[in-house]
Amino acid sequence: MVLFGVAAVGFGVVLVYGLSGLPAFGHYHGVYGKVINGIGVTERHATDLVTALNFDIRGFDTLGEEFILFGSVLGVVLILRQMRGEHDRPRQHEADEHTFAGASEALRALSLAVIPAILAIGIYIVVHGQLTPGGGFQGGVILAAGPLVVFLAGRYLRMRIVAPHTLVEIGEAAGALGYALVGLSGLVLAGVFFKNFLPLGIAGHLLSGGQMDLASAAVGLEVSGAFLVAFGEFLDQAMVVSGSPRS
Amino acid sequence: MHIVALAVVVPMIGAAVLVGIRLWSPRLLNDLIAGGVALAVVTLCAILLARSAHHPFAYWMGGWRPNDAVAIGISFSVDQLGAGMATLAAVLVAAALIYSWRYFDGADGLFHALMLLFMAAMAGFCLTGDLFNMLVFFELMGAVAYALTAYRIEERGPLQGAINFAISNSVGAYAIFTGIALLYARTGALNMAQIGHALDGHPADPLVIVAMSLLFIGFLTKAAAVPVHFWLADAHAVAPTPVCVLFSGVMAELGLYAVARLYFTIFAGALGPHAEQLQAILVALGTVTAIWGGVMCYAQRHLKRLLAFSTISHIGVFLCGIGLLSPRGLAGVATWVAGHGLNKAALFMLVGVLLHRFGTVDEFELHGRGREIRVAGVLFGIGGLLLSAVPGVTSFFGKSLLDSAALEAHDPWLPAVFVISSILTGGAVLRVTGRVFMGWGASEREEDVQVAGAAREGDEETTRRDHTPPLMLAVPAVLLVGSIVLGLIGGVVPGIERAAAHFHDHAAYARWVLRGQPAHFVPVATSHVEAFDYLYAAGATVGALALAALTLFGYRLLPRTPSAVLGPPRTALAALRRLHSGHIGDYIAWWTAGAAALGGASLVLLR
Amino acid sequence: MSFLPFAVAAWLFLAGLYGIVSSRSLIRAILSLTVVQSATYVVLLGVGYSKGGQAPIFADIPQTSKAVDPVVQVLVLTDVVIEATVTAMLLALAVQAHKRFGSLDPQDLRALQD
Repeated sequence: MVLFGVAAVGFGVVLVYGLSGLPAFGHYHGVYGKVINGIGVTERHATDLVTALNFDIRGFDTLGEEFILFGSVLGVVLILRQMRGEHDRPRQHEADEHTFAGASEALRALSLAVIPAILAIGIYIVVHGQLTPGGGFQGGVILAAGPLVVFLAGRYLRMRIVAPHTLVEIGEAAGALGYALVGLSGLVLAGVFFKNFLPLGIAGHLLSGGQMDLASAAVGLEVSGAFLVAFGEFLDQAMVVSGSPRS
Repeated sequence: MHIVALAVVVPMIGAAVLVGIRLWSPRLLNDLIAGGVALAVVTLCAILLARSAHHPFAYWMGGWRPNDAVAIGISFSVDQLGAGMATLAAVLVAAALIYSWRYFDGADGLFHALMLLFMAAMAGFCLTGDLFNMLVFFELMGAVAYALTAYRIEERGPLQGAINFAISNSVGAYAIFTGIALLYARTGALNMAQIGHALDGHPADPLVIVAMSLLFIGFLTKAAAVPVHFWLADAHAVAPTPVCVLFSGVMAELGLYAVARLYFTIFAGALGPHAEQLQAILVALGTVTAIWGGVMCYAQRHLKRLLAFSTISHIGVFLCGIGLLSPRGLAGVATWVAGHGLNKAALFMLVGVLLHRFGTVDEFELHGRGREIRVAGVLFGIGGLLLSAVPGVTSFFGKSLLDSAALEAHDPWLPAVFVISSILTGGAVLRVTGRVFMGWGASEREEDVQVAGAAREGDEETTRRDHTPPLMLAVPAVLLVGSIVLGLIGGVVPGIERAAAHFHDHAAYARWVLRGQPAHFVPVATSHVEAFDYLYAAGATVGALALAALTLFGYRLLPRTPSAVLGPPRTALAALRRLHSGHIGDYIAWWTAGAAALGGASLVLLR
Repeated sequence: MSFLPFAVAAWLFLAGLYGIVSSRSLIRAILSLTVVQSATYVVLLGVGYSKGGQAPIFADIPQTSKAVDPVVQVLVLTDVVIEATVTAMLLALAVQAHKRFGSLDPQDLRALQD
């Protein structure tokens, strides 16, 4: 602990010394951002430049980031997989199916009413990424919340029916594959990997930005699939799996 | 040229497909898809290696070419050393996948998909020219590695090892993030060539120095330099053998590759006047790592931890070589890394053979049992000799280049450090060969009873088998042949020297990346192996053999040696071993100390 | 005032490190790791801010108006995704560790020592 105290003071001094060289807060004049702000709309007919960067100009970073999500969720599946000695708890009576304390009829009704709204908002955000703040990642997380609300409504097994394990995994893989294929199509159809190969449309309209919509959709599919897989694994551990693993 | 992107995307697509079909596809199909994709990537990387020999080139993703020497898109800046590292990574992944055909009961295609993602990440990491892109692939490498380390969830060791690994490397990654933020604030760029160009000509101020030390400590965490190395032994002890092959063979070395790449593309201009002080810092770090790793290596009885510490020791040597900041030093490191990667991969595979056959990786439990598999014994002994860089092999050529570089830099004591590391690591493997495969030496060590428990614990399987599939011996044999022969192929070592000289040329890099101007390089005179190189290397090999023999046969002398001689080394060693406690809090405390030390030393010395 | 965001970032980094070093529970250590990452968010976003700048969304503002830097926002987005996924994996490991070791205290994780 003493070691850490001394080390932390030293490291802190180093950090502050370095950070003091930063331009004053609010007075940043970097050239990269300026250039993007200047050309983004005209070059790609997109009004949300963060998404334009994410799915077009620096789209390759997003490819890596997407596969980090993909790989990590694979890791979660790997780590939480069932082993010898563990088994699913037997299904109980319908009315009692793996609910949690506090689930009431009112909660159920409200949750179910909210689901269509969640799905609509999620799809809206995915599709409008290039126009307003949003895009595949944000929209995908919102979409993943939909089936989760089914769980909150007290019906864990129903959630498993709505978002079955196989389907979500395949959806996630398809989304990841889809994004990679968008990049590849850039190579095949436009000559350079990840080059925007669809017509750019008019800025401010729904079908603008070329491939950004497609990429956004692929990412949305992948992110929602990934989070549902992850939720499913953790909930399985909490609700379904029991027994002690044989070493 | 477009195949640059394919080298990264093809394995990603393969991984996605494998996951999509994994619930129905039989084991054979998974093996075929994964193996096929791996071999395809090896071919792609080899093509890149050949293409970039005289004409390194930049490939701009999305067609976003630089606008007036301001980089907008992400570039893959392919030069020969980068392509070479990517090829080494691809070869080792392919070898590991082929090896695991027989070795592994792969879990439903998850293993194969993760290995392909690992390959994609390493290829992207080596080929990219954008600093943030490098970090993204670093994280992908890391995430997949954490998952693969925790593969055997039935046991306790893998879980702890994966947790330590994940937290240590993540903290390193956050240091890198902060460094990138600092550089971005100063230069407004993420492309490495452009950052370097923007920093050129200005004296290095605290921001640049702190950014450099943050970036370095982050990448050195991956490379497992002391004092941020604690996670590596834990991870190696518990990860499945094919995964250890990759960790030691190429993943740790990629951390050093990043340090070298960052220095020569970004900081060489601004910190050029202070090169000597930076050399001192890096060489000091490297020396401590080499000696610490070597000593801990020799003290192990858990074979995988032994090999892990020998990797740490070699990383120290490589760090010294890079720290010399000269083309010859870089060439020496590159050659030695190639030889070492193939060598260490083969050694891990052979330990896998022992584990597969006898269910344990404890040196003393395996005493004499290796006599059943003579072939493995021969290969293991060869591997040990290669670790000590016996004259004539690839590692030897790397070592001779490093010795020359050290003498050029007026560090005549540095070759001695290399020799010590070779003796300790080679000697350890030779000692194991003697004990396990020949039955020499003592069969139990009195005071290490509790360590035996640890060695038995993280084992992959505890079943005994009577038969070792020939494939499991064939793959390491091929790798060892490669490690021996690579340096002897005409044109390889001079080619590496040329590539290193190109790597070293900071101004040229900015030109061929940002302006697309074809690079004109001054022809490089190739080095010759001197007589004293043979002398040093032979001395190292003889020393390793002597040390192994002394340990194996000299144990009878132990009770007769006065405790005044044995006492201090024993307590020192015990103290050193206690530091490797397995407790994540301790590791992070050391990490902070390392970061503070590197930052402080840089700030003080590099002004 | 103008140095405050960066001072906060440095403090977060150190506080997170302290959290990992001193945690008696794996969950707390993992969350402290998250705190360390928050430091990087603060630094990145603080760097990109321009006084008087709008968000870089040009849907209803003229293209030439002053906007903050969009690049750091993309970097932070990537950062967030990475953090979420690594945290998910670490928590999964914690779940399994609890089952194997019976405890979440790093002191009790004794499977690996020299």
